[in-house]
Amino acid sequence: MERRKFLSLTLGALALAVVPASVKAEDFRKSKPAVWSAHKMDDAIQAMFGTTTTIEKGVKLKAANVSFDAGNMATAANGGAIPVDFSTKIPAKTIAVFQDANPESAVCAYSIGKYDVTDYSIKIKMGNPGSIKVVVLGTDGKLYSATQKLNVAKGGCEG
Amino acid sequence: MGIKVKAKLKGGIVKVKAMAKHSMTTYNQAEKKTGDRENANFITHITGTCNGETIFDMSTSQFLSKNPIFKFQFKGDFKKGDKVLMSFVDRKGKTGKGKGKIK
Repeated sequence: MERRKFLSLTLGALALAVVPASVKAEDFRKSKPAVWSAHKMDDAIQAMFGTTTTIEKGVKLKAANVSFDAGNMATAANGGAIPVDFSTKIPAKTIAVFQDANPESAVCAYSIGKYDVTDYSIKIKMGNPGSIKVVVLGTDGKLYSATQKLNVAKGGCEG
Repeated sequence: MGIKVKAKLKGGIVKVKAMAKHSMTTYNQAEKKTGDRENANFITHITGTCNGETIFDMSTSQFLSKNPIFKFQFKGDFKKGDKVLMSFVDRKGKTGKGKGKIK
């Protein structure tokens, strides 16, 4: 027991010490800088995945507590912190979130590891009404996506 | 600066809720307040590990909310009492850390 405890403690300490260097996953800020400065959603998706062709299925997206339903415009009361939930059952390599309401398009990109359950929630800022798009790069090399239009009552980029 | 981490094991899946303390200043906000877009500062990368394994990795932009809350899940050979360690780095190179025990 003692030995095991010691081992796990040491491993934990080691992991802590080398976190920035040992991250095996991809840092998309470094590997794909163009994604983060792209102004248009399509440009950002192109920079991220090399194509903008996606299959519109297999991805669940829910923003502002309104279920995704084509044609329905969800309304976010506060553009400063819009809850966005998304998940997929598709085995994924990468998941990225984009929107077209702010000066730049990319919101975040996940590098999916073997322990990830691909079910996430984040809160985002949107200065204007627009759409949110979640793009999933499957391990099969195909892109899957879901899009939701969102109305924003109060801009989130005004501070 | 740091990250608050709450982790809960249920049905073999660890659900994590985390909040990073950060102003997440966009370029436009920085320009408005300080006159210089380059004063923008926001978290650019967040990682999470448990028992030395990477269980979360996200590159982020200025459009996460202020003090962003985010949730994620992971599964594997993890048990109650294991620690989830999170860390972030922002545009200016500052880092923040936090940890939480799996309950």
